[in-house]
Amino acid sequence: MAKMLEVANLQKSFGDLSVLKDITFDVNQGEVIAVIGPSGSGKSTLLRCLTQLEHADGGTIRVCEEDLLTDKGYKDHKTVRSIRLKTGLVFQNFNLFPHMTVLRNITEAPVCVLKKDKSEAQKRAMELLSKMGLEAKADAYPCELSGGQQQRVSIARALALSPEILFFDEPTSALDPELTGEILKVIKELAAEGMTMVIVTHEMAFARDVADRVIFMEGGVIVEQGAPSQLFGENASERVQQFLSRFNS
Amino acid sequence: MTGEETLHLFQLMLQYLLPTLKLFGFTLLYAIPLGMIVALLKMCRIKPISWLTNLYILIMRGTPLLLQIIVVYYSVPTLRSNAHCPEFLRTLLNTVELKGDAGTVYMFRMILLAFVLNYAAYFAEIFRGGIESIPKGQYEAAGMLGFSRLQTFFRIILPQVVKRVIPASSNEVITLVKDTSLAYAMGYMEIMYIAKKQMTTFSSLTPLFMAGAFYFVMATLLTIGFGFVEKKLNYYK
Repeated sequence: MAKMLEVANLQKSFGDLSVLKDITFDVNQGEVIAVIGPSGSGKSTLLRCLTQLEHADGGTIRVCEEDLLTDKGYKDHKTVRSIRLKTGLVFQNFNLFPHMTVLRNITEAPVCVLKKDKSEAQKRAMELLSKMGLEAKADAYPCELSGGQQQRVSIARALALSPEILFFDEPTSALDPELTGEILKVIKELAAEGMTMVIVTHEMAFARDVADRVIFMEGGVIVEQGAPSQLFGENASERVQQFLSRFNS
Repeated sequence: MTGEETLHLFQLMLQYLLPTLKLFGFTLLYAIPLGMIVALLKMCRIKPISWLTNLYILIMRGTPLLLQIIVVYYSVPTLRSNAHCPEFLRTLLNTVELKGDAGTVYMFRMILLAFVLNYAAYFAEIFRGGIESIPKGQYEAAGMLGFSRLQTFFRIILPQVVKRVIPASSNEVITLVKDTSLAYAMGYMEIMYIAKKQMTTFSSLTPLFMAGAFYFVMATLLTIGFGFVEKKLNYYK
């Protein structure tokens, strides 16, 4: 099975603070990975390094069997950029462009970056919107949508570039519990379609139900990783059980 | 003043309105783009560039515009008669004609230069505030979608900056319409110039009140115009 992501010995510090220490893991094609762990464990930083929003200090990253970061540092600008377009990121607070309609939020990058035909990009955007149940909102501005709707638009925006792998940085943390469900449903559908995804989340029930593999992080290292049944079961390490017990009570 | 004289005065002032509007319009035309460049230079990561730009802004905002106009205007005649002036510079400055029609053109250009340099500094600070108020997430989202730095600035950041800087900019623009009266000090023939002259001729305050009314109407029209633009840009939050 093709490896979509290969991370080895990844390190990142901010000043004296070492946030990622020696992170190693792989992601196979079509796999859904949930990254869980307490606040400050480095989950978001890990995601930001994999999506190039932060520069890692050391280690190696391969995306779609192409080197991004090697022992000799990052690859040339062109390679780095082409790899970035294979990765999509859904932000915690959506980061939609407020001055553009929903439709333009989705078509802007395909048209300006990938130089796609405008009507073609719009057709694809409408398909994505109807998949998100939002075709009626194509001409609305982000401020006119609920948080859950905005997050679905931002997922559609990321999908419009047809990424090979999609990252989610706590996609439901800015939403109230009622709206959380609609995002989780969309992610479930994407999983069923075989989308490769890495999801940083605090939704433990969701991680258990949807993820093929769960990674538990703390203090900048992966403490334990495995199938949900393993991490959420009785054989998980004491620390993982202790962490999860807070969510179950 | 008789009614007829007042009417005549009004017609006269209408003629002198044009130079006022000319100075106003050209100042905006040059000061707004220059202000954007200055704002970007101040945010430049190369420290000396940022410092020099900041020094320029400090001087422009820290000294009176009237003084700046006078300095700029007299820079050419003073420099070229200075004994320490380098020869090449003197030759260059000697080509500038200060008398007659050419002198009038020179005067307008120098006054305009002072206004542009001054207002660019104020606009720069407004624009910088606007650019810095755009959340980091907008840059990150644009980066993730593959937009280049230029595309990000012109397609994502700038349109949002425009909306945010309109209220503060409208203040500057309204101040500018009144500040054009400072050009009177150099003998630039605009509304203030004719008002003062007619005041002396008729020993009456009416010309001054009329000039005031002209500025008031212009400022009010601008206020209404900016209110309209703000409303137009309110289609998103």
